[in-house]
Amino acid sequence: MSFKSFSRRGFLKSTAAVAGVTALPQFVAADGHAPLTVGFIYVGPKDDFGYNQAHAEGATAVKAMEGVVVVEEENVAETTDVQNSMESMINFDDAKLLFPTSFGYFNPHVLETAPKHPDVRFQHAAGLWSEGMPTNVGSYFGYIGMGQYLNGITAGHATTTKKIGFVAAKPIPQVLLNINSFLLGARQVDPEITCQVIFTGEWSLAVKEAEATNALADAGCDVITCHVDGPKVVMETAAGRDCFVCGYHANQAPLAPEKYLTGAEWNWAGVYTGMVQTVLDGGTIDNFVRGGLADGFIKMSPLGPAVSDASRAQFEAVKAEIMAGGFAAIKGPLNDNTGNALLGAGDALVETDIALESMDYLVEGVIGSTS
Amino acid sequence: MTDQTASTPLVTPSPNGFLGMLARRSEAVILPLAALLVGFAVFSIFLLLQGKSPTEFFALTYRAGFGTAFSWQNTLSRTAPLLFAALCVALPARLGLVVIGGEGAIVLGGVAAGAMGALLAQSSGLIAVPMMVASAMIVGGLWIGSVGALRYYRGVNETIASLLMAYIAIALMNHLVEGPLRDPASLNKPSTAPLADNLRVGDIPGWEVHWGLAFAVLCCVLAWVLIEKTTWGFAARIAGGNMRAAQVQGLPVGRLIVGFTALGGALAGLAGYFEVTAVHGAANASLATGYGYTGILIAFLARHNPLAIIPVAILLAGFEASSGLIQRRMDLPDATTLVLQGFVFISILMSDTLYGRFKVFAPERWRSA
Repeated sequence: MSFKSFSRRGFLKSTAAVAGVTALPQFVAADGHAPLTVGFIYVGPKDDFGYNQAHAEGATAVKAMEGVVVVEEENVAETTDVQNSMESMINFDDAKLLFPTSFGYFNPHVLETAPKHPDVRFQHAAGLWSEGMPTNVGSYFGYIGMGQYLNGITAGHATTTKKIGFVAAKPIPQVLLNINSFLLGARQVDPEITCQVIFTGEWSLAVKEAEATNALADAGCDVITCHVDGPKVVMETAAGRDCFVCGYHANQAPLAPEKYLTGAEWNWAGVYTGMVQTVLDGGTIDNFVRGGLADGFIKMSPLGPAVSDASRAQFEAVKAEIMAGGFAAIKGPLNDNTGNALLGAGDALVETDIALESMDYLVEGVIGSTS
Repeated sequence: MTDQTASTPLVTPSPNGFLGMLARRSEAVILPLAALLVGFAVFSIFLLLQGKSPTEFFALTYRAGFGTAFSWQNTLSRTAPLLFAALCVALPARLGLVVIGGEGAIVLGGVAAGAMGALLAQSSGLIAVPMMVASAMIVGGLWIGSVGALRYYRGVNETIASLLMAYIAIALMNHLVEGPLRDPASLNKPSTAPLADNLRVGDIPGWEVHWGLAFAVLCCVLAWVLIEKTTWGFAARIAGGNMRAAQVQGLPVGRLIVGFTALGGALAGLAGYFEVTAVHGAANASLATGYGYTGILIAFLARHNPLAIIPVAILLAGFEASSGLIQRRMDLPDATTLVLQGFVFISILMSDTLYGRFKVFAPERWRSA
C-alpha cells in the first residue's frame, strides 16, 4: 500500500470524527471488504429526458451491481467546478473509477486532474484520447449517427410534405453527423426529401428550442428530431404542432406516445456495467473505446404506433445491415449543400471512420448553414 | 458648515467614546449575521419539510466547504471570480446603481484575453501578458461603462440594461468563439486557440489555488480604499445618497457614474482573464457559468462593502463547494444550495429595514457619564 493511500485513510478517519453524523457507514461492506466506489458527474439535471438522463440510467444499472457504491453529482459546470467535484469524490468518497460525462470536462479538467491521482481511473464520454495523454484516462463514445440514420428512415416514410426538421445545438462534428445521417436515412425512402436545420447555439436553452421547433413546423416540416441536451421541449412542442417526432439520447415516447416514431438512444447501462466489471475483475479498460448498435452502445426506441408496415420493414432491414458491421451512411456520390463534391461514387465513410469525428459540412438536401 | 454636520458619523473621532463607536460599528456586523442565521433557520424548516436533517446538512456543508485542507482548497479555488463579480456590483452600488449584468463583462473579458493571447502567441510574455490583462479590462470596462453612460446620458434603467446586455455578451461570445476566433482544431468544443504555457497563470505556491485569488483580494482592498479614503469615493457616496444634491454641489456625477461602472466592468473582465488563463487555457462557452449572478448575491450580503465581500464570497464559495457532497450523501438535488442562497438573500434584504431600530446600537446610549 503506497504512502499516499495510507495518508488518505488517516485523513478520512480524522475528518470523519469532526463530521460526526457524516461518518462513512455506507462505504464499508458487510464482509469488511471495501467496495469499489464509482462516481458519475453530469453537466445538467439527471432527469432531463436526454443526454444526462441517458448517463444516469447507466449509473442506475451500475448501482445494482455487487460490491459497488455509486455516487452522483448533477449540474456540474465545465470549469474548476468539475475538477473540484472529481477531487471531492476521490477525497471524501475514495472513488476509484470516475465517469465525468460531459464533453467539455475533458480538456483541460480531466487531463489536469488525472495525473494527480494515478490510482484512479477517469472514463470520459465523447473525448478523443490519444497517445501521450495520461494512461489512467479513457475515452468512450458510440456511433449514434447510425441511430439518426434509422430515425431518418421512419421519418422518410411518415412525412407527407417531404420536409423534415432538425433542432440542433451547435454546428460541431457530432451534431453535423447526426443531421446528415437523419436526412440521408430519409432519402433512402424518397430522394426528394429535404431537411431544415435550426441551430439554437446552446446545449440547453428551452425557449429557443421551442421557437426553433415552431419555426420548423411553420415552414412545413412534419417530422422533427433534435440534438440538444434535453429533447423534452422539442418533442412536446412538435407533437403539439401535430408533427411526428424521432427521439434522441433517451426514450421520449412517454412525452408524445402517438407521434413518436422511434429514437436513437444511448445504451450506457450495458457499457457501464461492462466497464465496472472489468475494473472489479482487476482488468484495464482500453483507453479509446467506440461502439455502435452491434456493440450495444446505442439502441433504438421501440417503433411507435404511427410507423407503417413498409416503414417497419425497411427499418428492420437497414438495422440488420448496420448490425452486420461495416455500414456507411455517408457514401458517394455526395455533395455538400453548397454544391462542393465531398465523396465520389464508390467512396464511403463507414461508421467507424475517425474522419466522421471531424465533420464540418451539411450534405446536399439539408437546408441550413454551419456558420 | 455648521456644528451639526461636523458631528455626523462620517467624521471621526466619535464624541461618544470607544464604546459608542463600537456599538455603531457592531450594528453593521451583527445585523447581517443575525439575518444570515434567520436565513439558515428558515432553510432548516424547508429541509425538515423535505424529511431531511438540517444538522446533517450543516455538518456536511462545514466539512466539504471548510472542514479539511482539501475543502479549503475547493472553496478558495471558486472564490476569485466571485470576488471580481461582486466588486462589479458593489462599486456602482455606491452610486445607487443596481448593476446585475457583470456576467457579460466576465464573458467578454475572457474572450478578449483569449483572442489577444492567440494573436500574440509569438511575442514574449512581457508584452503579451499586459496586453491580455489590458484587453480584458478594457472590454469589460467598456461593456459595463456603457451601461452607466446609457443611464446617465439617456436615462436607460441600468439594472435592465446590464442584465439584457449580459445575454448579448453571451451570444457575442458564442459567435466569436464558433466563428472568427475559432481554433479549427477545437472540434466538439469550439474554443479560441490554446494559450501558450508562458501566458497561463499558475497556482499560488503551496496551494492548488491560482493567482487570481490574490489579485482579487488585492482589488477588494483597493476598492475599499477608493471608496472610503479618497475624494472620488467620497463624491461617489454623496452622489449615491442624493444624486440631485450632488449635482447641485457641482460634483461630476456623469463622470462618477461612467467611471465607477467602467471600473466595476474592468474588474469583472479581469475575472474572465483569470478564468481563461488559469483555468481553461482558451476562451469558450464555459466562461458563462453564472459567476456574475452569484456576485450580485455576495455584494448585497456584504452591503456593498468591498472588504466584507471577501468573507462573504468565501462563505458562498464554501456553500457551492459543499453542494456536491450534499447531493451525494443526502440525496438532495443540486438546486438545494440555490434555495439556501435564496432564503439568505431575502433575509438579508429584509434586515435592511432594521438599521437604527435597535437602541443597543445607538452610540448615545454608551456615552460615558
